[in-house]
Formats: sequence, structure tokens, C-alpha cells
Amino acid sequence: MAEISRDDVRHIAGLARIGVPEDRLDALVGELNGILAHMEVLQRVDSAGAAAAEDAERTGMPLQPDQGPSVKLERPVAAIAPRTHALDGAPMPSVIDGFILVPRLATHEDAGDES
Amino acid sequence: MTATPESLLAAGAGAIAAAVREGKASATAIVEASFARAAAVDAGPRGLNCILSSDRDASLRAVESALVGGALAGVPVVLKDNIATTTLSTSCGSKILEGYVSPYESAVARKLREAGAILVGKGNMDEFAMGSSTEFSAYGPARNPTDRTRVPGGSSGGSAAAVAAGIVPIAFGSETGGSVRQPAAFCGVVGVKPTYGRISRFGLVAFASSLDNIGVFGRTVDDAARAMEAVSGDDTRDDATSAPLAAPALRTDSRDLAGLVIGKPREYFPASLSAAMRAHCDRAIDALRARGAEIRDVSLPHTDLALPVYYIIAPAECSANLARFDGVRYGLRVEGDGLRGMYEATRSKGFGAEVTRRILLGTYVLSAGYYDAYYRKAQDVRALIANDFTRVWASGVHALFTPTTAAPAFTIGAISDPYEMYLCDLFTVAANLAEIPAISIPIGRIGGLPVGGQVIAPRFGEAAMFRVSYALEAELGGAAHA
Amino acid sequence: MSAAYEMIVGLEVHVQLKTRTKAFCRCSTSFGDPPNTNTCPVCLALPGALPVLNERAVELATKAALALGLDVHERSVFARKNYFYPDLPKGYQISQADRPLAERGSLAIGGGRTIGITRIHMEEDAGKSVHDRFPGFTAIDLNRAGVPLIEIVSEPEIRSSAEAGAYLRALREILLYAEVSDCSMEEGSLRVDANVSARPRGETAYRTRTEIKNLNSFSNVERALELEFARHCAVYDAGGSIVQQTMLFDAHKNEVRGARSKEGSHDYRYFPEPDLPPLVLTPAWIQGVRYGLPEFPTARRARYAKDFGLGETDAAVLTATREMGDYFEKVVAASGDAKMAANWVMSEVSASLNESGADIRAFALRPADLGGLIALIKGGALSSTAAKTVFATMLKEGGAAKAIAERDGLLQVGDDSALVAWIDEVWAEHPDEAGRFAAGERKLQGVLVGFVMKKSKGRADPKKVNQLLGARAGT
Repeated sequence: MAEISRDDVRHIAGLARIGVPEDRLDALVGELNGILAHMEVLQRVDSAGAAAAEDAERTGMPLQPDQGPSVKLERPVAAIAPRTHALDGAPMPSVIDGFILVPRLATHEDAGDES
Repeated sequence: MTATPESLLAAGAGAIAAAVREGKASATAIVEASFARAAAVDAGPRGLNCILSSDRDASLRAVESALVGGALAGVPVVLKDNIATTTLSTSCGSKILEGYVSPYESAVARKLREAGAILVGKGNMDEFAMGSSTEFSAYGPARNPTDRTRVPGGSSGGSAAAVAAGIVPIAFGSETGGSVRQPAAFCGVVGVKPTYGRISRFGLVAFASSLDNIGVFGRTVDDAARAMEAVSGDDTRDDATSAPLAAPALRTDSRDLAGLVIGKPREYFPASLSAAMRAHCDRAIDALRARGAEIRDVSLPHTDLALPVYYIIAPAECSANLARFDGVRYGLRVEGDGLRGMYEATRSKGFGAEVTRRILLGTYVLSAGYYDAYYRKAQDVRALIANDFTRVWASGVHALFTPTTAAPAFTIGAISDPYEMYLCDLFTVAANLAEIPAISIPIGRIGGLPVGGQVIAPRFGEAAMFRVSYALEAELGGAAHA
Repeated sequence: MSAAYEMIVGLEVHVQLKTRTKAFCRCSTSFGDPPNTNTCPVCLALPGALPVLNERAVELATKAALALGLDVHERSVFARKNYFYPDLPKGYQISQADRPLAERGSLAIGGGRTIGITRIHMEEDAGKSVHDRFPGFTAIDLNRAGVPLIEIVSEPEIRSSAEAGAYLRALREILLYAEVSDCSMEEGSLRVDANVSARPRGETAYRTRTEIKNLNSFSNVERALELEFARHCAVYDAGGSIVQQTMLFDAHKNEVRGARSKEGSHDYRYFPEPDLPPLVLTPAWIQGVRYGLPEFPTARRARYAKDFGLGETDAAVLTATREMGDYFEKVVAASGDAKMAANWVMSEVSASLNESGADIRAFALRPADLGGLIALIKGGALSSTAAKTVFATMLKEGGAAKAIAERDGLLQVGDDSALVAWIDEVWAEHPDEAGRFAAGERKLQGVLVGFVMKKSKGRADPKKVNQLLGARAGT
């Protein structure tokens, strides 16, 4: 299998929304490739269809009736929410009028942007 | 002569519950004794650091409202810090959940409360259960009570140490690749992994959903059995992977293994296994024979594939399970440049190096172009590994015996290579992949450090597994801790 | 320009299922509650929470699939669709990927055209993001997070904006009939994403498509498709190529524009949901859902034509909603006359409903009541005109038709002796017309009937009067 490159790590870190400082990149590339090297052995194994065969044995999913109550929260959303800062920098709760506030998306259409 | 709280604490969960139910002991006094023990051993620069949070007043209040008639009446317990409780924090050993108090209670915590047990602390752990030494805790490593320069194992190291140090007679942890059995072996206590689905995962912070299990620790097989009975059982209302079965009856007076066939898988006794470990295992096997078991050589040919399979599936699932830690609704929020900046700053500051590695690895093996070669492949090989066990059971074998780990506890800081740390799970991980129960019980000491032997049983075969364990423990007697 | 090209459209429709509670937790799905009040550990994605699937959601999804003629798979698998967005609390959506609930169905859209349906799968809705309420912030409400949805994906067989509109209307009608969803684009219980591409007529390969989002009415869907198709054609005419991207429709400016500057598809890293075992449906269970399906519009219209002799237009009006048809059929049963029932429902009942804005389910006249009124007309006890008066009174005051007609003196007189008495009086009062009629001037019959009606204050049964008068006609 191909090795992971610096660009790959940047890309995956982007997908995973974890900021990786540039000075950590090389070490990470080494660590990840080191781990992946141990996975190579799997490529030599003939295993096609094994999971599907095993899966067919499974009994189905238990369902629940369409009625409440749902699991009760001992403390409300506002009580567990983290704190944030107003535009002027003053600390403030992140729940206002019941809404959970996050920094405004640059343009809301871009929000789902993966790359 | 009335037993003192301290002596009861040492006598175990069964003794405590009986005494409290019969009015012969005060639960308050026992809980006080537990706190006193913790104070003596846990804090300070050389303290065990096995308890991350505790609240004496809250625990004593809990005694007052607890049910005196329960199976675990008055028994102080520690829950690993990734098990949701409404008192004390649930930080999962991570900065990203520092100070987080869950607004709902896990199924396990609820069942323990209903059984009359008293929560006295949350156990230290490797961050998000990823690790084999508790060194990856954001709150400092925990120490092995037998030798404080050494790790207690992980990721449920805090819970294991709390039992080994006598703070509590039983504790609860979680297993994904061996995180209960391995620390049990390192600390010289009993550690149990149930069949997947036996104990509700509702309220267990997910690491790898198809591999996670609640596990239990006890100083004796009997206490471990009590703990298992108290928390097992159908929870399909809140956990769709829960098995719709009643809690099993695991305690037994039988110490006889006549008619039982116990397999010795050759792949778990490689040439590289130390002579000392081999000797302890041989002695344990002789003990099983002495109780009437037939010992048979068997083979689990795909054993060497278990770690690579595990280290694809577990990170893949964890990469999705940890996406919810985004700074929005709870936990740490670190502001950055806009929304995306907030996500990236929160998660880079909140997660430690091992968690970050696993999330990246998991994201990679699921990503476009790699899914078939890695994740899909790993699931197929997982089925082969599970099938190895199925074939062995079908051949007439009732249980397996193996070492739990290749060696006893290592020194804090000794292992820095990620994959070398993963090798600690070598003998434990297959049982998680196959969703079958396994138990580690002390079988001796090497250089004064505890080592454990592992009994593995078929799915939902906990009764057989405990029968073997009771017998082994009885036959070894004091030799188990020598 | 556009005429040289063929429009290729595929529609992805997301429909909220009418359950009381969410897909994976037992929080209420009720709309319009204060933000973040219908939440629990599961839909808030608190650490340790787990999904458990709602049985009724499965039932409604299966109903929809059967209604649209899809094959329902006995085993289907849920999958995680991974991406980061603040109204997606887990950082992944539980959906279905390779093994969806149902595949291969079709929908007749009129004009002999049928559009294939590729698949239906189950998934959960995300919460709501409000961008302009707090400056500098986006406000998140998770009440909607976890509401059960089905996604209905059509084959790219739609060939015009009008067909797209017809598809959506037909789809909505079937889903409403099956009581699977409220199907309201205004309320967000039905959402449409449209995929469109263009190709020169005669070409068989598909060219690059673009996806249009932010469509909030069926007519906007049609309009947006026209605009975007025109854009594709213009690009091809100019020798360019279409870049795959998501477009947003702006209803105010009546334009379609690109949503993002970069192209590229998402990497959702789908994998089977480990917290949910496969969904297994027995053939017996699926059959049970099938038996519970209502008669759908096409079949119903055909039956009305065959059994009641109704024409296409009338049948269409009466089957516009399931409730309308249900009401109509009950009136037929109560009155014994399909044609009259049809007329009354389509005219008087509809007029009254339009005026009051009420729903037929809340209509003051029970089908039995209206049936009784019609029966009176049929039996000759009420004239059509009188019946309308009685109808209005019944609406205002309630009560049975016969009692009101009696009380208000509206019952038609069909008693021969009373009628003969009136005819005799008219004979006496209008000897000239009477004489000429008796002598053979048949065209005076209407005039004489009119005199009788006036004398009886409209209460004489005109049919009977005609009969009796006819008997007095000369040869």
C-alpha cells in the first residue's frame, strides 16, 4: 500500500477537524506510517465475503414503540453548554433564548464544506 | 466478634453486603473506611492517582438514601471515568471533558445504585480508553499499587488499582481490546470482560462501538461474579446492541471441573513467551487438571492478525465516535478563526497525542479510496478470527486458557513507540473481536509483580467461564499471589 | 438553443415521517416548540448516548416504499455519514448507504408517463441553524435533530420541468394518501433537491449534472430547473463544459447561483452503523403493512369510473384528497345515488369548505346526514331548490334533513289528492290556458306547472304535477 504523505495528513486532519501544527506533521507522518506498516499483513489474507457470511447469522435490531418519555436530563442544555465570548470579547454563556450559539458560518452555504 | 469496617472492606463485596443487609455493619462506616484508604494511598507525588474525582459528602448522602436490601448493599465502588454518572465528573481522562458532569446516568450506574452500591470515585484512565497503561490520561498516570514506579495497565488502570489497593472491593471499567483484563493482570486482581451485549453500553462513552464492553474488577472471582450479576441484563430500550437476556447466575459453589474440556491454543504460547510466564501458566493448567478438566491442544490460526484488524476497526469507529467533541454543546470550547477554527482549536487542544493519532488513522482507513483495502478488509478478517473460536467450541472445547499478557507491568515511561504499546493487547484483543467473554485471574508473580491467566469462553458462556475461574482460584490458593 | 438539448432531471425528496417521537430517541417531534426543549442525551449526542430505532418510523417508511411499488429488503443496514456541521450533533448522520430499506419502484405522473424510483432509505434529520438572529453567531436548535426521514431518489428519467412538477405532485398525493407524512414544503416536512443535466438530443450518454438546493415550492422547483437547464445549454453552446457543483435557487431574484467556490464532492466515509444491528423485516410483517395500505388515487379513480360511472374530471376532484374520497363514498352508501352524491360533494360541500376554510374531516354535515338529504330528494320529498335551503339550515343549526324540512314546511307535496286539488284550482283560475292545453296545446304544460308551483309555494313535486297534468292533456 502507498505510504501516507504530509499532504495526506493535512487532508485527513482537515476532515477530522483537528488542527495539526506544521511542526508536528513530520512526526505524525512517521508514526502513522509505522502503524500502518503492521497492517500490510492483512493484504495477504484470503478473506472475501467472510464478514457478509457472518452478518447473515445476526438476529435483527430491537425496535422501540413510538412514544415517550425520552431519557430525562438532570440539568438543562444551558447548564452543560460551554462558555463563549461576545464580539467585543466579553465572556458570555453560549446558550441564549434557548439557542446554542456558535461562531457564524462565513457564508451558510459553505458550511458543509469538507475540503 | 463484630468485624471492623476496615476488615469488612478487605473481606469483599459479598461480606459487606451481607453484613449491611443483616444490620450487622454500618454502610456509612464502610464508606468512611474506603475514603480513609483512598486518602492514605491515592494522593501525593507518589500516590496512586487512581481516583480522578470523588466527593465524600455526596457519597455519605448517597448512603442515607440507598436501599439496604440490595445485592451490593453498602458496597463502595469506583467507576471508570468514561462511565456516565450524575454526581462526580465524567472526563474520560481527557481535557476536552474536563469538569463535565453528565446530566444523565449510565445504565451501569443506575443498576449499581439500585443494588445499594455507593459510588466513591471515578477511576483514572487512558484518555478515551485508548491506551494500555493509563499513561495517556490528561490527569497524570496512575501507579501500580504493587510497585509505584510501574504502570497499573490500561486503559482501566485507575479502577484496577483502586481494587488492588483496597480502596473498594469491586470496580468497573471498560474493555475494547483488553483494557480490563490487562490492568487486572498487572495489578493482581480479577478482571472480567463479558460477552458483547451482556452489559448495557448506555452511558459508556463510546470508543469503538462494536468492541466496547463494560468490565468488572474484584479481588476474588466471587466478588467479580457478584459485580457482573448486578450490572448485566437486557437494556434494549436504551442500547440496540444489548442482548435481550436476563442477568446470568454466575456464582457457584462448584469447584469441580470434571467433564470440562479446556483448550490450550498454541498461538498464545509462542516461543518468545518467557520461561517464568510459561511456568506460571503450566502450574495453572496443572491446577485445572487437578480439578478434573481435560486439557487439549488447539489452534486459533488467525491469532496473529488480531492486532492489525483491531488497529483498523477501533480507530475507524473512534474517529466517528469522537466527532461529537466539537466544542458546541458541552465540554471544552476554544475559539479560533470562525466555526472551523473553533472546531480545530478545540479538538487539537482537547485531545492528547494518542487520541489524535487514532482519530487520524481511523479517518484515513475510512476515507475514499482506502475503505475497501483497510476497513472492509479488516471486518472480513475479523470474521475469520471469530470463526477460529467457533470451530474450537464446535470441536467440543468448553473454554480456553492462556496467559493474559506476555509480561508483568512495565515501568512508567518505558514504552514510547505507539505500536509497542499496542503489543500489550496481544493476548486480549481477539476476545473483543470475537465478542466473547474472557476473564483474567492472578496466577502468580514474576519478580514480585503480579501476572494473570486468562480463561476465554463462548458467547454467553459466562457461567462456564466462572466455573473454571472459581476452580482455578481455589486450587491455586495462595500460589496465585506468590 | 435549449430546444437542441434534452433536459435530464433526477429528484431527491426528503420526507419527514409522521411519528410522535424521533427516529432514535423518544423525544417528541412536535413542531414549533421553544428551541432545544425536545432534546435528550441521544439527540444532543451527549457522551455515552446510543440510538434505538422507532418502530413506527420503520412502518411508515415501509408503507411509503410499498405505496411506490419498491421492493422492500428484508435486511437493510444503517450507516454513518460523517461530516461536521453544528446542527449535526454527533458529527455524523445515521442514514443508509449500500443496503437501503427499499429499491426499484415507480411513480405514474400522468400523460402515460412513469418515472422510476431508484431507492428509498431511512435517515435522521439534522437540527436547524439560524444565521441572522444573533450578529456574529449562528444559533442552533436541535428540536428537529433526529426526526425520522425517508429519502426518495428518482431515476434520472424526468425530461422537463413540468414533469418534475407532476412527479412531485403525484408523489405528495400518494404519501398523503398513505398518511406517511404531512408533505408540506412550507413547514419543511418535504424537501426537494433537484439534479439536472443537459445533452444534445440524440446523445445517449449522461453529461455532468449540477444539484439545486434551497427549493421551497413545487413551482420554484420547476422554475429553477428551467433556469439551470438554460445555463447548461448556454455553456455548451459557447463551447464550455459544466462543472459539477451545488447551486442555490434565489426565489427573490429568480436566479440560480453556485453555492461554493470550490468543486469537489464530500468524503462522507460511510461505514455500517455499529450501534445498530441490521434491520430485519419478516415477509409476514411486510405483508401486514401492505394490507394496511389505502386504495391509492389511480385505483380509486378507476373504481369510481367503473362502479359509479363518474367521468375523469369528477373522479379527479373527488379523489383530490383521501379524505374527500372517503367522505364521498360514505355519502354514496347513505344516499344510494353516486351521481347525486358526486354533485353535492363537488358543489355545495366544496363551496362551503372553501368559504369556511375548513377541512372535510371537520365538516359539520356527517356523510350520513348528507346522504339522508339526498335520499329525500331522490324519493321526491324535496325539490333540489328546497334541498339547498335545508342544506344551509343543517350547516347552521345541525339536525336531520327530514325534521328540518318538515319544520320549515319545505317538504315537497307528492300526495296525489293535494296535487289534484291545486291543479283543479289552477284549472278554475286559468280557464283559457287550461282549455287550450286540454285541447292539445302541449306547450302550455310548462306554464300550467308554473301556476301549480306558485299556488303550492314551490312545494308541489313538479314531476308528479307534470304527470297529473299530462293525464289531462287532450289527445
